[in-house]
Amino acid sequence: MPQSLNYLRESPSQTAGPYVHIGCTPNFAGIDIYGGDLGTVMKTGPVKGQEITVKGAVFDGTGTVLRDAMVEIWQADAAGLYPSANETRGAADPNFTGWGRSAGDMDTGEFTFETVKPGQVPWPDGRMQAPHITVWIVARGINLGLQTRLYFEDAAEANAVDPILSRIEHQNRVPTLLAKLEKDGSYRFDIHLQGPHETIFFDI
Amino acid sequence: MDDRKLGGYIPRDRAWQPDALTPPYKTSVKRSPQAALLSFPSSLSEETSPVFGHATIGALDNDLIHNFAAPSQSAIGPRIIVHGQVLDETGRPVPNALIEVWQANAGGRYRHAKEGYLAPLDPNFGGCGRMITDENGVYEFRTVQPGPYPWPNGMNDWRPAHIHFSIFGHGFAQRLITQMYFEGDPLIQRCPIVGVLKSQEAVDALTAPLDMNRTVPMDSLAYKFDIVLRGRRQTYFENRVEGL
Ligand SMILES: [Fe+2]
Repeated sequence: MPQSLNYLRESPSQTAGPYVHIGCTPNFAGIDIYGGDLGTVMKTGPVKGQEITVKGAVFDGTGTVLRDAMVEIWQADAAGLYPSANETRGAADPNFTGWGRSAGDMDTGEFTFETVKPGQVPWPDGRMQAPHITVWIVARGINLGLQTRLYFEDAAEANAVDPILSRIEHQNRVPTLLAKLEKDGSYRFDIHLQGPHETIFFDI
Repeated sequence: MDDRKLGGYIPRDRAWQPDALTPPYKTSVKRSPQAALLSFPSSLSEETSPVFGHATIGALDNDLIHNFAAPSQSAIGPRIIVHGQVLDETGRPVPNALIEVWQANAGGRYRHAKEGYLAPLDPNFGGCGRMITDENGVYEFRTVQPGPYPWPNGMNDWRPAHIHFSIFGHGFAQRLITQMYFEGDPLIQRCPIVGVLKSQEAVDALTAPLDMNRTVPMDSLAYKFDIVLRGRRQTYFENRVEGL
């Protein structure tokens, strides 16, 4: 026998179940605690850059909207900097958290994030990525959190040379990653877990 | 080692983690993606993560026996302490990790509008708690042992007693939600949600042993539950000094 590598195994994932909101957004679930829920406010003061609203919903393979999902987003600020301890390139906007969490509307399942349009962030080889938001979805029936990315339909030039978008084999699925500008000025990003419009999910 | 000197995240072991489609857990059937996942190495977007300071957390947040109870009241049920360490795959402790937990009360009832189980609510139990790991990745909370409960899947499926965990590490790639089970519970092997795990080793990894050394005599039993998040590559050659 060779030596043991002694690496640990990642804890196995289990579904967030139907009551994820009790743990992660208890006030939304009617439990008055902590003085509020984390992730409901991404802008804690005046922010730099373009302020945007992102709306959407999560649909199952029958087209039914999920009303028990939780969606989290994580993104850079308008200058492309992350408000993270691991950010080495400079100080991010102090009034921007970069992280949002939404339980979705109790009746319609629709989530809303009031955020800013992210700046560009480099890929490990130095090329610039198109502006994007990391999106993470958990719910009853999802055994391991699903990760995807939101890109902006109106950033066609940056999208065309993005290291990820340009390498997707089935280019006809790329629109599943594009948030569309609506008439009211907000961006729409629907997530389809399954079916002909299935969102591209990532293994990163 | 400083996170900023590390390489990208080690790819997630998809042969170890549960599949998306697990038909005995019926809800997964229409909520599981069917196309292959798009694999890419991690980048800054996944190697960074929000910061939750210790100031985020209130003094009673990790005490589920009291954090929702009326003054001088406490939740009903077997008093337990759950403690453990958050590590990454390379064995490094993960300090400053936000852990959120939620659970049913001692009767198996959740405090939720969509919950219909006939077991009663405990007016002094909210069912959620949160904490941040210390410099050694260690965490601890106090609660009552949750009861098992029936759920609509097969005609007679019951969840073993469990506590849900949501964990943030230092990179969004580490984001994880899982469940902790209790050593010796005969419902573990019968549960279709536990059944999505691919090996006994994986079930064991989510089963907390009774830890008599950490009990408080005449007060609380204790269970130990360590959590492992994804790790990052540690390679000098990936982060070589300019010019080398
Ligand atoms: Fe549960």
